[in-house]
Amino acid sequence: MSKISEEKIQSVRNDFPILSRTIYGKPLVYFDNAATTQKPNIVIDAISNYYRNDNANVHRGVHYLSQHATGAFEDVRKKVATFVNASSQNEIIFTRGATEAINLVACSYCESFLDAGDEIILSALEHHSNIVPWQAACERKGAFLKIIPITPQGDLDLTVFEELLNDRTKMVAVSHISNTLGTINPISKIVEMAHHKGVPVFVDGAQGLSHGPVDVQKLDCDFYAFSAHKMYGPMGIGGLYGKTSWLEKMQPYQLGGEMIDTVTFEKTTYNEIPYKFEAGTPNVADVMGFGAAIDYLNELGWDFITAQENDLLEYATTRLQSIEGVKIIGTSAHKAAIISFLIEGIHFFDAGTIMDHLGIAVRTGSHCTQPLMDILGINGTLRASMAFYNTRQEVDKLVDAIYRVKTLFA
Amino acid sequence: MTIKETTNLIINEFNQFDDWMDKYNYLIEMGRSVPLIDDNQKTDANLITGCQSRVWLSSEYKDGLIYFTADSDAVITKGIAYLLIRVFSGHTPAEIVEAETTFLDLIGLKEHLSPTRSNGLLSMVKQIKLYAFAYQVKEKNS
Repeated sequence: MSKISEEKIQSVRNDFPILSRTIYGKPLVYFDNAATTQKPNIVIDAISNYYRNDNANVHRGVHYLSQHATGAFEDVRKKVATFVNASSQNEIIFTRGATEAINLVACSYCESFLDAGDEIILSALEHHSNIVPWQAACERKGAFLKIIPITPQGDLDLTVFEELLNDRTKMVAVSHISNTLGTINPISKIVEMAHHKGVPVFVDGAQGLSHGPVDVQKLDCDFYAFSAHKMYGPMGIGGLYGKTSWLEKMQPYQLGGEMIDTVTFEKTTYNEIPYKFEAGTPNVADVMGFGAAIDYLNELGWDFITAQENDLLEYATTRLQSIEGVKIIGTSAHKAAIISFLIEGIHFFDAGTIMDHLGIAVRTGSHCTQPLMDILGINGTLRASMAFYNTRQEVDKLVDAIYRVKTLFA
Repeated sequence: MTIKETTNLIINEFNQFDDWMDKYNYLIEMGRSVPLIDDNQKTDANLITGCQSRVWLSSEYKDGLIYFTADSDAVITKGIAYLLIRVFSGHTPAEIVEAETTFLDLIGLKEHLSPTRSNGLLSMVKQIKLYAFAYQVKEKNS
Protein backbone atom coordinates (compact mmCIF):
# COMPACT_ATOMS: atom_id res chain seq x y z
CA MET A 1 0.00 0.00 0.00
CA SER A 2 1.02 3.55 -0.66
CA LYS A 3 2.06 5.60 2.37
CA ILE A 4 -0.33 8.32 1.32
CA SER A 5 -4.05 7.91 1.92
CA GLU A 6 -6.45 7.69 -0.98
CA GLU A 7 -8.49 10.50 0.57
CA LYS A 8 -5.50 12.82 0.40
CA ILE A 9 -4.81 12.02 -3.26
CA GLN A 10 -8.48 12.36 -4.11
CA SER A 11 -8.62 15.77 -2.48
CA VAL A 12 -5.53 16.83 -4.46
CA ARG A 13 -7.11 15.50 -7.68
CA ASN A 14 -10.17 17.62 -6.98
CA ASP A 15 -7.96 20.71 -7.34
CA PHE A 16 -7.45 19.81 -11.03
CA PRO A 17 -10.74 20.08 -12.96
CA ILE A 18 -9.42 18.35 -16.10
CA LEU A 19 -8.69 15.13 -14.18
CA SER A 20 -12.40 14.38 -13.92
CA ARG A 21 -13.07 14.49 -17.64
CA THR A 22 -13.47 11.46 -19.88
CA ILE A 23 -11.73 10.55 -23.16
CA TYR A 24 -13.68 8.37 -25.62
CA GLY A 25 -16.09 7.74 -22.76
CA LYS A 26 -13.41 6.52 -20.36
CA PRO A 27 -11.93 8.33 -17.37
CA LEU A 28 -8.77 10.21 -18.37
CA VAL A 29 -5.52 8.64 -17.18
CA TYR A 30 -3.00 11.41 -17.72
CA PHE A 31 0.55 10.07 -17.93
CA ASP A 32 2.08 12.81 -20.09
CA ASN A 33 3.20 15.09 -17.31
CA ALA A 34 6.73 15.46 -18.65
CA ALA A 35 5.20 17.15 -21.71
CA THR A 36 2.99 19.40 -19.62
CA THR A 37 1.34 19.10 -16.23
CA GLN A 38 -2.31 19.87 -15.58
CA LYS A 39 -3.36 23.10 -13.88
CA PRO A 40 -5.06 23.45 -10.51
CA ASN A 41 -8.04 25.81 -10.07
CA ILE A 42 -5.90 28.30 -8.18
CA VAL A 43 -3.73 28.81 -11.31
CA ILE A 44 -6.68 29.05 -13.70
CA ASP A 45 -8.39 31.53 -11.36
CA ALA A 46 -5.26 33.68 -11.00
CA ILE A 47 -5.05 34.17 -14.77
CA SER A 48 -8.75 34.83 -15.11
CA ASN A 49 -8.74 37.19 -12.15
CA TYR A 50 -5.84 39.17 -13.57
CA TYR A 51 -7.69 39.86 -16.81
CA ARG A 52 -11.00 40.50 -15.04
CA ASN A 53 -9.74 42.83 -12.35
CA ASP A 54 -6.09 43.81 -12.56
CA ASN A 55 -4.99 44.10 -16.19
CA ALA A 56 -2.57 46.96 -16.91
CA ASN A 57 0.90 47.25 -18.42
CA VAL A 58 3.68 46.99 -15.88
CA HIS A 59 6.62 49.28 -15.01
CA ARG A 60 5.20 52.26 -16.88
CA GLY A 61 2.03 53.85 -15.67
CA VAL A 62 1.56 56.21 -12.77
CA HIS A 63 -2.02 55.08 -12.48
CA TYR A 64 -3.31 52.72 -9.81
CA LEU A 65 -3.81 49.62 -11.95
CA SER A 66 -0.36 49.80 -13.49
CA GLN A 67 1.32 50.19 -10.12
CA HIS A 68 -0.76 47.38 -8.67
CA ALA A 69 0.11 45.07 -11.61
CA THR A 70 3.79 45.99 -11.32
CA GLY A 71 3.78 45.18 -7.62
CA ALA A 72 2.10 41.82 -8.17
CA PHE A 73 4.45 41.02 -11.08
CA GLU A 74 7.55 41.77 -9.02
CA ASP A 75 6.13 39.82 -6.08
CA VAL A 76 6.10 36.72 -8.28
CA ARG A 77 9.73 37.36 -9.21
CA LYS A 78 10.52 37.34 -5.48
CA LYS A 79 8.44 34.19 -5.06
CA VAL A 80 10.38 32.40 -7.82
CA ALA A 81 13.68 33.59 -6.34
CA THR A 82 12.72 32.18 -2.95
CA PHE A 83 11.43 28.96 -4.56
CA VAL A 84 14.84 28.20 -6.11
CA ASN A 85 16.75 30.00 -3.32
CA ALA A 86 18.42 32.58 -5.57
CA SER A 87 20.47 35.12 -3.62
CA SER A 88 18.52 37.99 -5.18
CA GLN A 89 15.29 38.47 -7.12
CA ASN A 90 17.36 40.30 -9.74
CA GLU A 91 18.80 36.92 -10.72
CA ILE A 92 15.39 35.79 -12.02
CA ILE A 93 14.56 36.69 -15.63
CA PHE A 94 11.11 35.88 -16.96
CA THR A 95 11.10 34.12 -20.34
CA ARG A 96 8.50 32.24 -22.39
CA GLY A 97 9.86 29.02 -20.97
CA ALA A 98 13.00 26.91 -20.60
CA THR A 99 13.68 26.90 -24.33
CA GLU A 100 13.76 30.68 -24.49
CA ALA A 101 15.97 30.78 -21.38
CA ILE A 102 18.44 28.44 -23.11
CA ASN A 103 18.36 30.60 -26.23
CA LEU A 104 19.00 33.69 -24.11
CA VAL A 105 22.18 32.27 -22.60
CA ALA A 106 23.30 30.53 -25.80
CA CYS A 107 23.07 33.91 -27.58
CA SER A 108 24.11 36.40 -24.91
CA TYR A 109 26.79 34.38 -23.15
CA CYS A 110 28.27 32.88 -26.31
CA GLU A 111 28.37 36.26 -28.06
CA SER A 112 30.80 37.56 -25.44
CA PHE A 113 32.58 34.45 -24.21
CA LEU A 114 32.76 31.88 -27.03
CA ASP A 115 35.56 32.04 -29.62
CA ALA A 116 36.68 29.97 -32.59
CA GLY A 117 38.11 26.64 -31.50
CA ASP A 118 36.33 26.72 -28.11
CA GLU A 119 34.18 23.87 -26.85
CA ILE A 120 30.76 23.48 -25.19
CA ILE A 121 30.01 20.25 -23.36
CA LEU A 122 26.49 18.80 -23.51
CA SER A 123 25.24 15.37 -22.51
CA ALA A 124 23.81 12.52 -24.56
CA LEU A 125 20.53 12.90 -22.64
CA GLU A 126 19.70 16.40 -23.80
CA HIS A 127 16.37 17.58 -25.20
CA HIS A 128 16.65 19.25 -28.63
CA SER A 129 16.06 22.57 -26.85
CA ASN A 130 19.32 22.14 -24.95
CA ILE A 131 21.24 21.09 -28.08
CA VAL A 132 20.19 23.25 -31.01
CA PRO A 133 20.81 26.74 -29.51
CA TRP A 134 24.35 25.70 -28.46
CA GLN A 135 24.95 24.03 -31.81
CA ALA A 136 23.93 27.25 -33.59
CA ALA A 137 26.22 29.28 -31.31
CA CYS A 138 29.11 26.93 -32.16
CA GLU A 139 28.36 27.33 -35.87
CA ARG A 140 28.35 31.12 -35.54
CA LYS A 141 31.65 31.16 -33.67
CA GLY A 142 33.51 28.20 -35.15
CA ALA A 143 33.37 26.34 -31.83
CA PHE A 144 32.62 22.64 -31.16
CA LEU A 145 30.15 20.53 -29.17
CA LYS A 146 31.50 17.72 -26.99
CA ILE A 147 29.10 15.10 -25.62
CA ILE A 148 29.14 13.33 -22.25
CA PRO A 149 28.16 9.71 -23.00
CA ILE A 150 25.78 7.60 -20.90
CA THR A 151 26.16 4.21 -19.24
CA PRO A 152 23.81 1.37 -20.25
CA GLN A 153 21.60 2.34 -17.27
CA GLY A 154 21.27 5.90 -18.55
CA ASP A 155 23.62 7.67 -16.12
CA LEU A 156 26.13 10.24 -17.31
CA ASP A 157 29.66 8.87 -17.59
CA LEU A 158 31.52 11.33 -15.38
CA THR A 159 34.92 9.74 -16.07
CA VAL A 160 34.59 10.76 -19.70
CA PHE A 161 33.21 14.15 -18.61
CA GLU A 162 36.41 14.75 -16.62
CA GLU A 163 38.46 13.99 -19.73
CA LEU A 164 36.33 16.28 -21.91
CA LEU A 165 36.89 19.32 -19.65
CA ASN A 166 39.85 21.36 -20.87
CA ASP A 167 41.16 24.90 -21.38
CA ARG A 168 38.94 25.37 -24.44
CA THR A 169 35.73 24.42 -22.60
CA LYS A 170 33.56 27.54 -22.24
CA MET A 171 30.28 26.04 -20.99
CA VAL A 172 28.78 22.83 -19.67
CA ALA A 173 25.05 22.58 -20.42
CA VAL A 174 23.19 19.59 -18.95
CA SER A 175 19.66 18.72 -17.98
CA HIS A 176 18.74 18.31 -14.32
CA ILE A 177 16.39 15.42 -15.14
CA SER A 178 16.24 13.56 -18.46
CA ASN A 179 12.78 13.99 -20.01
CA THR A 180 13.14 10.65 -21.79
CA LEU A 181 14.86 8.31 -19.32
CA GLY A 182 13.99 10.05 -16.05
CA THR A 183 17.63 10.04 -14.90
CA ILE A 184 18.33 12.65 -12.21
CA ASN A 185 21.79 13.96 -13.05
CA PRO A 186 24.36 14.64 -10.30
CA ILE A 187 24.37 18.42 -10.83
CA SER A 188 26.40 19.30 -7.69
CA LYS A 189 29.16 16.93 -8.74
CA ILE A 190 29.11 18.20 -12.35
CA VAL A 191 29.29 21.81 -11.14
CA GLU A 192 32.15 20.99 -8.79
CA MET A 193 34.13 19.31 -11.59
CA ALA A 194 33.43 22.11 -14.10
CA HIS A 195 34.19 24.92 -11.65
CA HIS A 196 37.45 23.21 -10.76
CA LYS A 197 38.43 23.98 -14.36
CA GLY A 198 36.85 27.45 -14.25
CA VAL A 199 33.95 26.48 -16.52
CA PRO A 200 30.38 27.71 -15.85
CA VAL A 201 27.44 25.27 -15.80
CA PHE A 202 24.01 25.78 -17.36
CA VAL A 203 21.26 23.50 -16.07
CA ASP A 204 18.15 22.78 -18.16
CA GLY A 205 15.68 22.42 -15.31
CA ALA A 206 12.54 21.96 -17.43
CA GLN A 207 11.92 18.60 -15.74
CA GLY A 208 13.84 19.41 -12.58
CA LEU A 209 11.73 21.98 -10.80
CA SER A 210 8.51 19.96 -10.63
CA HIS A 211 9.84 16.80 -9.01
CA GLY A 212 11.78 18.09 -6.03
CA PRO A 213 13.21 21.13 -4.27
CA VAL A 214 15.92 23.03 -6.13
CA ASP A 215 18.47 25.22 -4.34
CA VAL A 216 20.56 27.00 -6.97
CA GLN A 217 23.01 28.30 -4.36
CA LYS A 218 23.60 24.83 -2.99
CA LEU A 219 23.93 23.40 -6.50
CA ASP A 220 26.20 26.38 -7.25
CA CYS A 221 25.18 26.21 -10.93
CA ASP A 222 25.64 29.40 -12.94
CA PHE A 223 22.33 29.22 -14.80
CA TYR A 224 19.10 27.26 -14.28
CA ALA A 225 16.24 27.33 -16.81
CA PHE A 226 12.62 26.35 -16.15
CA SER A 227 9.10 26.27 -17.63
CA ALA A 228 6.01 27.05 -15.54
CA HIS A 229 3.78 24.73 -17.57
CA LYS A 230 5.74 21.68 -16.44
CA MET A 231 5.23 22.71 -12.81
CA TYR A 232 1.42 23.07 -12.79
CA GLY A 233 1.56 26.67 -14.03
CA PRO A 234 0.50 28.21 -17.33
CA MET A 235 2.06 27.72 -20.74
CA GLY A 236 4.10 30.51 -22.28
CA ILE A 237 5.93 31.53 -19.13
CA GLY A 238 9.09 30.37 -17.43
CA GLY A 239 12.39 31.76 -16.47
CA LEU A 240 16.11 31.82 -16.12
CA TYR A 241 18.11 31.96 -12.94
CA GLY A 242 21.57 33.40 -13.56
CA LYS A 243 24.30 34.40 -11.16
CA THR A 244 24.51 38.19 -10.94
CA SER A 245 28.19 38.13 -11.88
CA TRP A 246 27.37 36.48 -15.24
CA LEU A 247 24.19 38.43 -15.98
CA GLU A 248 26.07 41.74 -15.42
CA LYS A 249 28.70 40.71 -17.95
CA MET A 250 26.28 39.51 -20.65
CA GLN A 251 24.71 41.72 -23.32
CA PRO A 252 20.99 41.39 -24.09
CA TYR A 253 20.02 39.61 -27.33
CA GLN A 254 16.45 40.91 -27.59
CA LEU A 255 16.08 44.67 -27.63
CA GLY A 256 13.32 47.20 -27.09
CA GLY A 257 10.57 48.02 -24.62
CA GLU A 258 11.18 47.24 -20.97
CA MET A 259 14.87 46.62 -21.30
CA ILE A 260 16.10 50.12 -22.14
CA ASP A 261 17.30 52.89 -19.87
CA THR A 262 17.64 55.89 -22.20
CA VAL A 263 17.28 56.04 -25.96
CA THR A 264 18.55 58.61 -28.44
CA PHE A 265 19.11 58.01 -32.13
CA GLU A 266 22.82 58.09 -31.41
CA LYS A 267 22.99 55.77 -28.40
CA THR A 268 20.86 53.53 -26.17
CA THR A 269 21.74 52.50 -22.65
CA TYR A 270 20.24 49.39 -21.13
CA ASN A 271 18.32 48.93 -17.94
CA GLU A 272 19.77 46.97 -15.01
CA ILE A 273 19.33 43.23 -14.48
CA PRO A 274 16.93 41.53 -14.63
CA TYR A 275 15.10 44.08 -16.83
CA LYS A 276 17.80 44.36 -19.46
CA PHE A 277 16.95 40.78 -20.54
CA GLU A 278 13.17 41.32 -20.63
CA ALA A 279 12.41 43.13 -23.89
CA GLY A 280 8.83 44.05 -24.68
CA THR A 281 5.70 43.86 -22.57
CA PRO A 282 5.98 40.75 -20.40
CA ASN A 283 3.35 38.03 -20.11
CA VAL A 284 1.94 39.41 -16.87
CA ALA A 285 -1.20 37.27 -16.70
CA ASP A 286 0.77 34.05 -16.92
CA VAL A 287 3.30 35.34 -14.41
CA MET A 288 0.32 35.63 -12.04
CA GLY A 289 -0.58 32.03 -12.87
CA PHE A 290 3.03 31.01 -12.28
CA GLY A 291 2.95 32.67 -8.87
CA ALA A 292 -0.21 30.75 -8.01
CA ALA A 293 1.43 27.47 -9.09
CA ILE A 294 4.34 28.12 -6.74
CA ASP A 295 1.90 28.91 -3.92
CA TYR A 296 0.15 25.64 -4.69
CA LEU A 297 3.39 23.59 -4.64
CA ASN A 298 4.51 25.29 -1.42
CA GLU A 299 1.16 24.55 0.18
CA LEU A 300 1.26 20.91 -0.93
CA GLY A 301 4.87 20.54 0.21
CA TRP A 302 7.77 18.56 -1.23
CA ASP A 303 7.35 15.82 1.36
CA PHE A 304 3.99 14.86 -0.09
CA ILE A 305 5.05 15.37 -3.72
CA THR A 306 8.22 13.30 -3.53
CA ALA A 307 6.63 10.57 -1.40
CA GLN A 308 3.74 10.13 -3.84
CA GLU A 309 5.89 10.31 -6.98
CA ASN A 310 8.50 7.89 -5.61
CA ASP A 311 5.73 5.49 -4.68
CA LEU A 312 4.28 5.69 -8.20
CA LEU A 313 7.72 5.25 -9.77
CA GLU A 314 8.48 2.20 -7.67
CA TYR A 315 5.03 0.67 -8.14
CA ALA A 316 4.91 1.28 -11.90
CA THR A 317 8.46 0.00 -12.39
CA THR A 318 7.69 -3.22 -10.54
CA ARG A 319 4.43 -3.78 -12.39
CA LEU A 320 5.86 -3.02 -15.83
CA GLN A 321 8.87 -5.25 -15.22
CA SER A 322 6.53 -8.12 -14.42
CA ILE A 323 5.03 -8.04 -17.94
CA GLU A 324 6.71 -10.40 -20.35
CA GLY A 325 8.17 -8.53 -23.31
CA VAL A 326 8.15 -5.10 -21.65
CA LYS A 327 11.55 -3.47 -21.45
CA ILE A 328 12.15 -0.31 -19.44
CA ILE A 329 14.59 2.05 -21.15
CA GLY A 330 16.60 3.92 -18.52
CA THR A 331 17.25 2.11 -15.28
CA SER A 332 19.32 4.57 -13.30
CA ALA A 333 19.22 4.24 -9.52
CA HIS A 334 18.40 7.97 -9.45
CA LYS A 335 15.18 8.52 -11.35
CA ALA A 336 12.19 10.84 -11.35
CA ALA A 337 8.71 9.41 -12.03
CA ILE A 338 9.32 9.15 -15.79
CA ILE A 339 9.35 5.68 -17.36
CA SER A 340 10.23 5.01 -20.99
CA PHE A 341 9.49 1.50 -22.20
CA LEU A 342 9.07 -0.73 -25.22
CA ILE A 343 6.77 -3.69 -25.81
CA GLU A 344 8.57 -6.42 -27.71
CA GLY A 345 7.41 -6.78 -31.32
CA ILE A 346 4.89 -3.92 -31.10
CA HIS A 347 5.50 -0.47 -32.52
CA PHE A 348 5.16 2.31 -29.93
CA PHE A 349 2.78 4.14 -32.25
CA ASP A 350 0.43 1.13 -32.44
CA ALA A 351 0.51 0.70 -28.68
CA GLY A 352 0.00 4.43 -28.01
CA THR A 353 -2.96 4.60 -30.41
CA ILE A 354 -4.78 1.79 -28.63
CA MET A 355 -3.95 3.20 -25.17
CA ASP A 356 -5.37 6.54 -26.27
CA HIS A 357 -8.70 4.85 -27.02
CA LEU A 358 -8.62 3.39 -23.53
CA GLY A 359 -8.36 6.91 -22.10
CA ILE A 360 -4.66 6.66 -21.31
CA ALA A 361 -2.47 9.57 -22.39
CA VAL A 362 1.12 8.42 -22.84
CA ARG A 363 3.76 9.92 -25.07
CA THR A 364 5.18 8.02 -28.02
CA GLY A 365 8.18 8.79 -30.22
CA SER A 366 11.59 10.27 -29.68
CA HIS A 367 10.51 12.81 -27.01
CA CYS A 368 12.60 15.52 -28.71
CA THR A 369 15.76 13.56 -27.96
CA GLN A 370 16.68 12.14 -31.37
CA PRO A 371 20.43 11.96 -30.66
CA LEU A 372 19.69 9.89 -27.53
CA MET A 373 17.46 7.57 -29.60
CA ASP A 374 20.34 7.13 -32.08
CA ILE A 375 22.69 6.22 -29.22
CA LEU A 376 20.16 3.73 -27.85
CA GLY A 377 19.63 2.35 -31.38
CA ILE A 378 15.84 2.78 -31.30
CA ASN A 379 13.30 5.01 -33.10
CA GLY A 380 11.29 5.90 -30.04
CA THR A 381 9.62 4.66 -26.88
CA LEU A 382 6.35 4.80 -25.01
CA ARG A 383 6.72 7.14 -22.06
CA ALA A 384 4.58 7.28 -18.94
CA SER A 385 5.48 10.37 -16.94
CA MET A 386 3.69 10.63 -13.63
CA ALA A 387 2.74 13.43 -11.27
CA PHE A 388 1.65 13.50 -7.63
CA TYR A 389 -2.03 13.47 -8.69
CA ASN A 390 -1.68 10.10 -10.40
CA THR A 391 -2.67 6.94 -8.55
CA ARG A 392 -1.68 3.29 -8.31
CA GLN A 393 -5.09 2.44 -9.81
CA GLU A 394 -4.12 4.43 -12.89
CA VAL A 395 -0.86 2.48 -13.12
CA ASP A 396 -2.98 -0.69 -12.99
CA LYS A 397 -5.02 0.62 -15.93
CA LEU A 398 -1.82 1.21 -17.88
CA VAL A 399 -0.73 -2.35 -17.15
CA ASP A 400 -4.13 -3.72 -18.23
CA ALA A 401 -3.86 -1.66 -21.42
CA ILE A 402 -0.44 -3.15 -22.19
CA TYR A 403 -1.91 -6.66 -21.88
CA ARG A 404 -4.74 -5.65 -24.19
CA VAL A 405 -2.28 -4.23 -26.72
CA LYS A 406 -0.23 -7.43 -26.55
CA THR A 407 -3.31 -9.56 -27.30
CA LEU A 408 -4.41 -7.30 -30.13
CA PHE A 409 -1.07 -7.31 -31.92
CA ALA A 410 -0.04 -10.86 -31.03
CA MET B 1 -14.34 -0.03 -59.66
CA THR B 2 -14.23 3.75 -59.47
CA ILE B 3 -12.63 5.59 -56.59
CA LYS B 4 -16.10 6.58 -55.41
CA GLU B 5 -17.29 2.95 -55.48
CA THR B 6 -14.31 1.69 -53.51
CA THR B 7 -14.72 4.39 -50.87
CA ASN B 8 -18.42 3.50 -50.50
CA LEU B 9 -17.45 -0.14 -50.09
CA ILE B 10 -14.93 0.74 -47.37
CA ILE B 11 -17.47 2.95 -45.60
CA ASN B 12 -19.92 0.00 -45.60
CA GLU B 13 -17.25 -2.35 -44.27
CA PHE B 14 -16.48 -0.02 -41.39
CA ASN B 15 -20.15 0.65 -40.68
CA GLN B 16 -20.53 -2.98 -39.60
CA PHE B 17 -18.51 -2.19 -36.48
CA ASP B 18 -20.05 -0.42 -33.50
CA ASP B 19 -17.00 -0.83 -31.33
CA TRP B 20 -13.77 1.09 -31.97
CA MET B 21 -11.78 -2.00 -30.99
CA ASP B 22 -13.37 -4.01 -33.82
CA LYS B 23 -12.53 -1.20 -36.20
CA TYR B 24 -8.89 -1.31 -35.17
CA ASN B 25 -8.88 -5.09 -35.32
CA TYR B 26 -10.04 -4.85 -38.91
CA LEU B 27 -7.42 -2.21 -39.65
CA ILE B 28 -4.74 -4.42 -38.11
CA GLU B 29 -5.87 -7.38 -40.26
CA MET B 30 -5.64 -5.19 -43.33
CA GLY B 31 -2.25 -3.97 -42.20
CA ARG B 32 -1.09 -7.55 -42.40
CA SER B 33 -2.38 -8.04 -45.93
CA VAL B 34 -1.03 -4.88 -47.55
CA PRO B 35 0.83 -5.53 -50.83
CA LEU B 36 4.29 -4.88 -49.53
CA ILE B 37 6.70 -2.59 -51.18
CA ASP B 38 9.85 -4.20 -52.61
CA ASP B 39 12.71 -3.92 -50.15
CA ASN B 40 14.76 -2.10 -52.78
CA GLN B 41 12.01 0.56 -52.87
CA LYS B 42 12.36 1.24 -49.15
CA THR B 43 14.58 4.19 -49.95
CA ASP B 44 14.86 7.54 -48.25
CA ALA B 45 13.25 9.06 -51.32
CA ASN B 46 10.13 6.92 -50.74
CA LEU B 47 10.10 7.55 -46.99
CA ILE B 48 7.29 9.86 -45.91
CA THR B 49 8.64 12.29 -43.36
CA GLY B 50 6.85 13.71 -40.35
CA CYS B 51 5.52 10.39 -39.11
CA GLN B 52 6.17 8.68 -35.77
CA SER B 53 6.15 5.42 -37.62
CA ARG B 54 8.20 5.03 -40.77
CA VAL B 55 6.11 4.84 -43.94
CA TRP B 56 7.37 4.08 -47.42
CA LEU B 57 5.16 4.74 -50.42
CA SER B 58 6.17 3.79 -53.93
CA SER B 59 4.36 4.43 -57.19
CA GLU B 60 4.52 2.93 -60.65
CA TYR B 61 2.99 4.43 -63.78
CA LYS B 62 1.86 1.86 -66.34
CA ASP B 63 -0.44 2.26 -69.36
CA GLY B 64 -1.90 5.49 -68.05
CA LEU B 65 -2.64 4.15 -64.56
CA ILE B 66 -0.80 4.63 -61.26
CA TYR B 67 -0.10 1.66 -58.96
CA PHE B 68 0.92 2.15 -55.35
CA THR B 69 2.67 -0.08 -52.83
CA ALA B 70 3.50 0.82 -49.23
CA ASP B 71 5.01 -0.40 -46.00
CA SER B 72 5.35 0.80 -42.45
CA ASP B 73 6.97 -0.45 -39.26
CA ALA B 74 3.67 0.18 -37.41
CA VAL B 75 0.72 -2.12 -38.11
CA ILE B 76 -2.06 0.48 -37.76
CA THR B 77 -0.24 2.81 -40.12
CA LYS B 78 0.15 -0.09 -42.55
CA GLY B 79 -3.59 -0.74 -42.36
CA ILE B 80 -4.33 2.88 -43.16
CA ALA B 81 -1.84 2.73 -46.03
CA TYR B 82 -3.66 -0.32 -47.36
CA LEU B 83 -6.99 1.54 -47.29
CA LEU B 84 -5.48 4.32 -49.36
CA ILE B 85 -3.95 1.85 -51.80
CA ARG B 86 -7.29 0.10 -52.25
CA VAL B 87 -8.89 3.44 -53.04
CA PHE B 88 -6.29 5.03 -55.26
CA SER B 89 -4.22 2.29 -56.89
CA GLY B 90 -4.99 1.49 -60.52
CA HIS B 91 -6.51 4.85 -61.42
CA THR B 92 -5.52 7.61 -63.79
CA PRO B 93 -3.63 10.65 -62.55
CA ALA B 94 -6.66 12.86 -63.26
CA GLU B 95 -9.02 10.62 -61.24
CA ILE B 96 -6.64 10.64 -58.27
CA VAL B 97 -6.01 14.38 -58.39
CA GLU B 98 -9.73 15.11 -58.40
CA ALA B 99 -10.76 12.47 -55.82
CA GLU B 100 -12.22 13.51 -52.48
CA THR B 101 -10.68 12.13 -49.30
CA THR B 102 -13.61 12.73 -46.96
CA PHE B 103 -14.26 8.97 -46.64
CA LEU B 104 -11.64 8.82 -43.90
CA ASP B 105 -13.93 10.98 -41.79
CA LEU B 106 -16.86 8.71 -42.42
CA ILE B 107 -15.20 5.48 -41.33
CA GLY B 108 -14.48 6.86 -37.87
CA LEU B 109 -10.76 7.37 -38.23
CA LYS B 110 -11.12 11.10 -38.04
CA GLU B 111 -8.57 11.44 -35.26
CA HIS B 112 -5.94 10.16 -37.66
CA LEU B 113 -6.52 13.15 -39.89
CA SER B 114 -5.45 15.69 -37.29
CA PRO B 115 -2.06 17.12 -38.23
CA THR B 116 -0.82 16.51 -34.69
CA ARG B 117 -1.23 12.76 -34.92
CA SER B 118 2.07 12.47 -36.75
CA ASN B 119 0.99 9.09 -38.08
CA GLY B 120 1.44 10.12 -41.64
CA LEU B 121 -2.09 9.61 -42.90
CA LEU B 122 -2.31 13.20 -44.07
CA SER B 123 1.22 13.00 -45.44
CA MET B 124 0.34 9.77 -47.27
CA VAL B 125 -2.73 11.35 -48.88
CA LYS B 126 -0.66 14.39 -49.83
CA GLN B 127 2.07 12.19 -51.30
CA ILE B 128 -0.43 10.13 -53.34
CA LYS B 129 -1.96 13.32 -54.73
CA LEU B 130 1.50 14.70 -55.44
CA TYR B 131 2.53 11.59 -57.38
CA ALA B 132 -0.69 11.80 -59.40
CA PHE B 133 -0.15 15.48 -60.11
CA ALA B 134 3.43 14.83 -61.22
CA TYR B 135 2.36 12.05 -63.62
CA GLN B 136 -0.41 14.28 -64.92
CA VAL B 137 2.06 17.04 -65.73
CA LYS B 138 4.45 14.54 -67.30
CA GLU B 139 1.62 13.15 -69.42
CA LYS B 140 0.69 16.61 -70.69
CA ASN B 141 4.29 17.45 -71.57
CA SER B 142 4.99 14.23 -73.41
